[in-house]
Amino acid sequence: MNIELKNIHKHFGRTHANKGINLNIPSGTIQGILGENGAGKSTLMKILSGFIQADPGSQIILDGKPVIIHSPADAIRFGVGMLHQDPLDFSPMRVLDNFLLGRSGGLFPNRTTVARDFKLLAEQFDFSLDPDNYVDSLTVGERQQLEIIRLLWLGARILILDEPTTGISASQKAKLFATLKKLAEQSMTIIFVSHKLEDVEHLCSQVVVLRDGELVGATRPPYITSKLVEMMFGKMITLGERQAAQAGDVVLSLNNISLEDVRLKIKNVNLDVRAGEVIGLAGMEGSGQGIFIRACAGLVRPVGGRVQLNGHDLTAKSYHKFKHAGVNFLPASRLEEGLVPGLSLTEHFVLAEEPKGVFIDRAAGQKLAEDRIRSFNIRGMPFSTVESLSGGNQQRAELALLQSPLSLVLLEHPTRGLDIESVIYIWGKLKERCKQGASIIFISSDLDEILQYSDRLLVFFSGNVSQPLDANATSVEELGQLIGGKGWTEMGGEHA
Amino acid sequence: MLKGRLGGFLFQLIALLFAFGFVSLILISVDASPMDAYKNMFTGSFGSMRKFAEVLVAFVPLLLVTAGLLVTFSSGLWNIGVEGQVVLGAIATTWVFRYFLESGLHPALVITLAILGGMLGGALWASFTGVLKVFGGVNEIFGGLGLNFVSTALTIYLIFGPWKRPGVASMSGTVPFPDEFSLPLLFDLRISLWALGIALIGIVAVYFILQGTYFGLRLKAVGKNFRAAYLLGIPTWQYSMYSFLICGALAGAAGAMQVAAVYHRLIPSISSGYGYLGLMVAMLINYRAVWAVPVALFFAALNIGSIQLPILMKLDSSLSGVLQGALVLFVLLAEGVRQKFVKKA
Amino acid sequence: MTQETILIGLAGVLAAAVPVIFAVMGETLSERAGVINLSMNGTILLSAMGGFAVAYNTDNIVLGFLSGMLIGALVALVVAFASITLKQSQVAVGFVLALTCRDLSYFLGNPYMGVPGPRLQALPIPFLSDIPILGALFFRQDAITYISFAAIFLASIWIFRTRPGLMLQGIGEKPAAAFIRGANVNLMRYVYTVIGGALIGLAGPAYSLAIRAGWMGTISGLDGIGWIALSITIFGGWNPARAAFGAYLFAFLQWLGLVLQPVFTQVPSQVLQVAPFPLMILTLLFVNIGNTEWVERILASMPDNTRKLFSKALRAMRVSPPAALGVPFESE
Repeated sequence: MNIELKNIHKHFGRTHANKGINLNIPSGTIQGILGENGAGKSTLMKILSGFIQADPGSQIILDGKPVIIHSPADAIRFGVGMLHQDPLDFSPMRVLDNFLLGRSGGLFPNRTTVARDFKLLAEQFDFSLDPDNYVDSLTVGERQQLEIIRLLWLGARILILDEPTTGISASQKAKLFATLKKLAEQSMTIIFVSHKLEDVEHLCSQVVVLRDGELVGATRPPYITSKLVEMMFGKMITLGERQAAQAGDVVLSLNNISLEDVRLKIKNVNLDVRAGEVIGLAGMEGSGQGIFIRACAGLVRPVGGRVQLNGHDLTAKSYHKFKHAGVNFLPASRLEEGLVPGLSLTEHFVLAEEPKGVFIDRAAGQKLAEDRIRSFNIRGMPFSTVESLSGGNQQRAELALLQSPLSLVLLEHPTRGLDIESVIYIWGKLKERCKQGASIIFISSDLDEILQYSDRLLVFFSGNVSQPLDANATSVEELGQLIGGKGWTEMGGEHA
Repeated sequence: MLKGRLGGFLFQLIALLFAFGFVSLILISVDASPMDAYKNMFTGSFGSMRKFAEVLVAFVPLLLVTAGLLVTFSSGLWNIGVEGQVVLGAIATTWVFRYFLESGLHPALVITLAILGGMLGGALWASFTGVLKVFGGVNEIFGGLGLNFVSTALTIYLIFGPWKRPGVASMSGTVPFPDEFSLPLLFDLRISLWALGIALIGIVAVYFILQGTYFGLRLKAVGKNFRAAYLLGIPTWQYSMYSFLICGALAGAAGAMQVAAVYHRLIPSISSGYGYLGLMVAMLINYRAVWAVPVALFFAALNIGSIQLPILMKLDSSLSGVLQGALVLFVLLAEGVRQKFVKKA
Repeated sequence: MTQETILIGLAGVLAAAVPVIFAVMGETLSERAGVINLSMNGTILLSAMGGFAVAYNTDNIVLGFLSGMLIGALVALVVAFASITLKQSQVAVGFVLALTCRDLSYFLGNPYMGVPGPRLQALPIPFLSDIPILGALFFRQDAITYISFAAIFLASIWIFRTRPGLMLQGIGEKPAAAFIRGANVNLMRYVYTVIGGALIGLAGPAYSLAIRAGWMGTISGLDGIGWIALSITIFGGWNPARAAFGAYLFAFLQWLGLVLQPVFTQVPSQVLQVAPFPLMILTLLFVNIGNTEWVERILASMPDNTRKLFSKALRAMRVSPPAALGVPFESE
């Protein structure tokens, strides 16, 4: 199906999120859409998939016919289906029920015929999905597969994919790409939204770049990476020189640590982290790095082994004991776990300090907040509630809450969803902590971030943990393979 | 204009009109004159010094309960069990009185011990809800409600069982204590300035705890985001328990006042529903302590004013409850409408 | 005790559970859509009073039941409006309504206190009622009891078998996902809350026109049943069949209390009357304790075999609510 977007504008209050975008996508194309966060990609996709309506004067033309799309359900009637980054499915329900929900029909759905259709579609793309399984037991990649065949079954001729390669394995990615190519051959139109240059270069037959709500460039293969980057950011970006680790004393020592949760087991991990060192944890989401970092924070109790901090035994001690000993943990979900919506910045800084007496000294609190806001470059006032801040400023506020002095900083996705300048700023602040003798352990799904900022790294794959790898001696390709479960046997060690 | 304080006030005024309009319609539907009913309720509460003193008698426990609930609401807890905490306060107070009645201790000391005992009893009962919530995962609404019914049964059991009057047990309660074991009353009125003072101290203390202390700020953090508060280093479940204990102690003090200053014995309906009414007051004032005194006074006046209705107009006195409920409901709805307006503007 | 009296007793249990059955089915539908109707206790009292008053004045029992449903639907409409359209706390609005409707029923019911009125008669079903044992248990009941059986059956089929029922599950679980599948989430929440409210409203007349005919104000013995029904909804894990089991179990235990009272004469009757409430706390404890952190921690420290056994037992009892219960939805 041909898509023509003409003069798409969208205002949110005073923000001009899409500034007159014009784009033609012929049938059978795999169209890449690049852009950093806030560039207007998701606004444009939400307009096309019916979540929001564009400002009057904008036009969407499908196969030559102007259409007005009122809702996502409307969009699928026009043949536009969208695969969301976190698939919109129902985890406690069965795969088949997820599949059939949304298709109109009689009061009692005929599960036998639905199951037949399901099987045919799944076989066509070589997806091995059990229709009787529950969705909460599937991986993100399998949930994507389910969504894709569901949308096709509903008659989608245009498929929009939003950051589909985040959190899926290498083999699932390969399968996804094969599927998309096959669909394009069947004259489906694919729109692939991503900020991962490599994926876009690998897959797309044409690419456009959005910046600040405008379409700033369009190219076709062969792609020149540096050119794409320049279009995305409007300038050349250098991430700064890698800094070598200083060899300090051992801060954190893990001795034969074993961890367990409902889904996976981690056995006998040994790790010594030295002062000033940065350890990156890589792996698909849910491969064990989450419980590992929580065990380092004292939030998860190891089922075996010993944890020592600066020579003191902290095994099976509570989170608050860890915190007192100088371990701070910044979780990924800022407003859910990191900050308290409804409380102001001042109140947060006061909370993070040791209480002095019974009553709060308001003037001192105000001054403290002003100092921190200045030194952490937070765009907000002392009385601003945290939920009124932007994501980057919330992250800075979280960093400003770290206690001092500190032995160990644990971070989950410290820069996820942030613009490149915030990323550089935040890592600058973190490196300052390293210079003061703190160690850092962080999780990231961004391989470049891991290789750029860590000294050593651990790779997680379904509960297996690699030996610490030297970040300097590891390439993105190697890392990507390990994350996808390849190349483990050559490394030796205790994994399967 | 709708955004500011004035806008909020305007919406509350409209809510007030709606509430009175709604109740007027109900009165008309039973062939009663709304004006007469309101007039009777007004004179029934403010018509004489004696009647106003009765209003204050109701105001004391209501204010104490409201003060306690402001603490639990701050920490994000719906302490519906407050009703039972009042009852247990009264039971514990009665127990202390009975224990020391013959002891020869100075009555002032016995009264003090009894009130402290009441606070302890209320706190203990609240801790049950807290433990169920913290260690059992039982929502405090259900735990509290269940314990409310149990506390009522316990009262009746005591009145008809171990503490029954010599001769025949009756709904009129246990044997009244001698006069010297009562908090001193003002003139020949039923109000005790001591009780009034304790209630006012209670609300002022809560105001300062919530506004100016580290403890209060931490409570608020726990209430607004339990998980983040924990990660920030606040011992969260302990703070939940503290807030249950504080609320229970204040509710227990309310029960103690009912025994030591009003009834001088345990009666079956010792709490008079002030626990539930306190929840209404706390919701109406949107959990802001400064408004507790006027609104609690108003609600107490409605309660006392409606007592005359069955005699004067053959109407059930539950009208006050309908009016109070309508007020809270319409204020909640008006607040919702206002937020919608502000968002659009 | 003869077999005959036991059978009559058990048939009585099925009839006595009827108000709770309707209330629990209504609440289950409402909560499945994501709306907690906490007003239940007040709604049941008001509909009991209103249903009786209408039946008394019109001498028409059916009108009595219908007006009970209307009252329930109207109260639920207020809950829906406040929580869906105005996005206010469902707990706050529901709780206020619970108290207000209760007081309103006492105020408006004043003239009907203790007045004798119409009562639903038993309606044995020909042939079926002659089946040994089963006939006496199931087929010599009154019409509203038969309807209660049907309600359980229909609610189960609706939620788990039909297309709109699957969508209902989706709306309470992940409204955004239901929205992209074409559901008008907020409209459906209104519809299910109001239908659920109507079912809750049926609980009142099912009591005041069938079990204990008449309106007795504060001593009706009905006050508190709404709170019990709310916890049975949780116990039932938002599954009509399991919830119905909870309701029957509750009625059975109450009956057992009555039967055993002569045996335990030293236990005062007031204590037995409140027995359901500690029981309610206990059942909630059973279904929730598996979700607590300290239990998980203890489990983690157990040897493998014991742990598997315990976690299996806990998981069987444990319930988890619809994920979007109490959470407002906005499409964008």
